[in-house]
Amino acid sequence: MIRRIFFLFFIFTALAQAQLRIEIRQGIESPLRIAIPGFAGEPQLSLLLDEIIEADLANSGRFYAMADNELLSFPTQPEQVNINDWRITDTDYLLVGQLDSDSFENLRISFQLFDIVRGEQVLGFRLSSTVNNLRNSAHRIADIIFQELLGIDGIFSTQIAYVSESTRNDQAFFQIVIADIDGTNPFVVIESSEPLMSPAWSPDSRKIAYVSFENERSEIYVQDLATGFRDRVSFRQGINGAPSFSPDGTQLALTLSGVDGNLDIYILELDTQRLTRLTENYSIDTEPTWSPDGDYIYFTSDRVGNPQIYRVEARPRGQIERITFEGNYNARPRVSPDGDSIIVVHQFNGDYRIALVDLETRITQVLSEGQLDESPSFAPNGDVVMYATREQGRGVLSSVTSDGRIHQRIASIGEDVREPAWSPYALR
Amino acid sequence: MINFKRFILLASVFALFACSNVEETVEIPNADTSMDGADDNVSTQGMGERAPVTITTGGRLVLDGTDQEGSALSQQTIYFDFDSAEIRADFAEALQAHGAYLVDNPGARVRLEGHADERGTREYNIGLGEERAQAVRQYLMLQGASSIQIATISFGEERPVNSASNEMAYRQNRRVELVYTRAN
Repeated sequence: MIRRIFFLFFIFTALAQAQLRIEIRQGIESPLRIAIPGFAGEPQLSLLLDEIIEADLANSGRFYAMADNELLSFPTQPEQVNINDWRITDTDYLLVGQLDSDSFENLRISFQLFDIVRGEQVLGFRLSSTVNNLRNSAHRIADIIFQELLGIDGIFSTQIAYVSESTRNDQAFFQIVIADIDGTNPFVVIESSEPLMSPAWSPDSRKIAYVSFENERSEIYVQDLATGFRDRVSFRQGINGAPSFSPDGTQLALTLSGVDGNLDIYILELDTQRLTRLTENYSIDTEPTWSPDGDYIYFTSDRVGNPQIYRVEARPRGQIERITFEGNYNARPRVSPDGDSIIVVHQFNGDYRIALVDLETRITQVLSEGQLDESPSFAPNGDVVMYATREQGRGVLSSVTSDGRIHQRIASIGEDVREPAWSPYALR
Repeated sequence: MINFKRFILLASVFALFACSNVEETVEIPNADTSMDGADDNVSTQGMGERAPVTITTGGRLVLDGTDQEGSALSQQTIYFDFDSAEIRADFAEALQAHGAYLVDNPGARVRLEGHADERGTREYNIGLGEERAQAVRQYLMLQGASSIQIATISFGEERPVNSASNEMAYRQNRRVELVYTRAN
C-alpha cells in the first residue's frame, strides 16, 4: 500500500537547525585579489549584496576579497574608476555596482567588472530582482564573475542536502536538511527519532530519496520538496538501501537483500515498481550510483574479500567489471559530471580518505587528509568534492577541489552533520 | 504507483511476454506492515510551508523474567571482531542458551539487531551489520530454533552505543543485540 501523507500545519521551531559555518583551511598560493567597494543604492540591500558576493568568492578559496581599509577609492559608477588607484593596491579585479530599488518587488541590479591589469572593463550585466530574491541574485552575480574569470561554472546557487544528528530529550534525533551552499537558509526536509540515511537528489532537483528506519526496518522514501508528499517506494523484506536516481529521473538504483538475505544491486522503475536484478553474488554489493550517460552503475562489492569498486551495465544480464585495484578498501563511488573519473572512500595508510580515480588510467589520487573521511559528493561543475569527516569528536563537512589544492571546512554548531549530497544544477 | 495485486497481474503479464528477461524481473514481497507506526505521528511539509516531517516511535519491548543474574540467557549482546561476522567461541554458551529458549518456547520471537563500528562507508556497514545478524540467526537455527521465530535488522553504524572514535568504542559497537519481541 502506498502511504500518502498529507500536509498538516505545523509551527516552524527556531531551535530546529543551526547554520553552517565555512572556513578555508588551505587556499591557493596566489588567490585573485578582487575589490568590491560597495554597490550604490539603498544601504541595507547594497550591504547584503556586497557581503554575499564577497563571501562566495572568498569561500571558494580562489579569491581574496580586499578589505575596505585596503581601498583607495570607492567608485559606484564605471566613470568614476581610476585604474591607478587599483594598480597601486595590487588589485586584480574590481567590481562596481548599482542597485536601483523602486519598490520591494522591483529591484534592478547593474554591475561592471574591471580587469585592472588590462586596465579595462571586461563584463557588464544587468538583472532584475526582488527583496526576497536578493540572496539568489547575489549568488548569481558571484557565479557570473567566477565563470568569467576562471572559465568554470559557478556553484554559488546550488544547495546541499545532508543528515544532521543531535540530541533531544537525551535521545538521538535525526534530520535531513537542505541548505544553500553558503550554509544559509537551512530547511528541514524530514526529522525522526529513528535513523535517516543516504539522501539523494533527483536530477530535476524536485525530490529527495532517502532511507528511513521509522518503521523499525530500512525503507526507501522519495519526497517531493515542494509539497512534502512522501512516496514509500521500497519497503521490501530485508534491507532497502542506498537509493540513486537515474540521469532521466525515472528509475532508482538501490540495494536489496530480500530474495536471499544477501545484499545485491537492483534497478527499480518508479512508475511501475518493476524491479530488475543486476548482481547476484554472496558478497555485499551496495552503494550503487549511475554514470551520467545512464549506461553504467558503479557500486561497492567485497566479492574479492574486501570492498572494491565495480561497474555493471545498467540492463538485465549486464556485464560486471572491476574498476579499482589500488589499495585494500575502495567504497561508495560517485561519478564526476563529465563521466571521466570517480571519487571513492579509499583506505590510505590506515586512514579513510577521499580519492579520485581516473577511469581511463585507473590512477588513484588521494584528495583529503583526514582519518575518517566518507560520503564524497561532486559539485555539479565537477570542480569541488564535498565530504563528511570527524573532527574533535564531531561530524563536520569538508570540501576539497578535485585537484586537491583547496580545502574548506564546514562546521555546524551543536550538531553532527554528515552524508552531504550536492544538488544538481536544475532549478526547481 | 500501483498496489500489490496489480503488481502481481502486471508481473504475470511480463512473464508471459518477456520470455528472455523473465528471470531478471523479480518480485520481492513487501515487509509486514502491520506494525507500522500511527499516521498521526507523522507530519510533512513542503518548502513553501516550512514545517518538518516528524516521526516518533515508541520504545521497544524488552523481555524480562528470563534474566537471572549471571545466566547465559542474560547475555543478550554478542560482540564481533573487526571486519568479521564470525561467532566467537566466548559467545557460544550464550547463543546455545538462547537457542534452547527459542526451542522450548515456540511462541517466542526475537529480533537480531546487527551493528558495525563507524569505520568505512555507511551503506557497506549496513551490510556488515546484516552479515553479523545472519550469522547469529544461523547459529540459533542450528540449535533448533525455527526461522519464523527470528527476524533480523541491520543498523550498520547508525546506532552506536559509544560514539567515541577509539578502539574501545569500536569494540562495543561491533555487536548483535538479541531483542525479544515476544516471550512465549
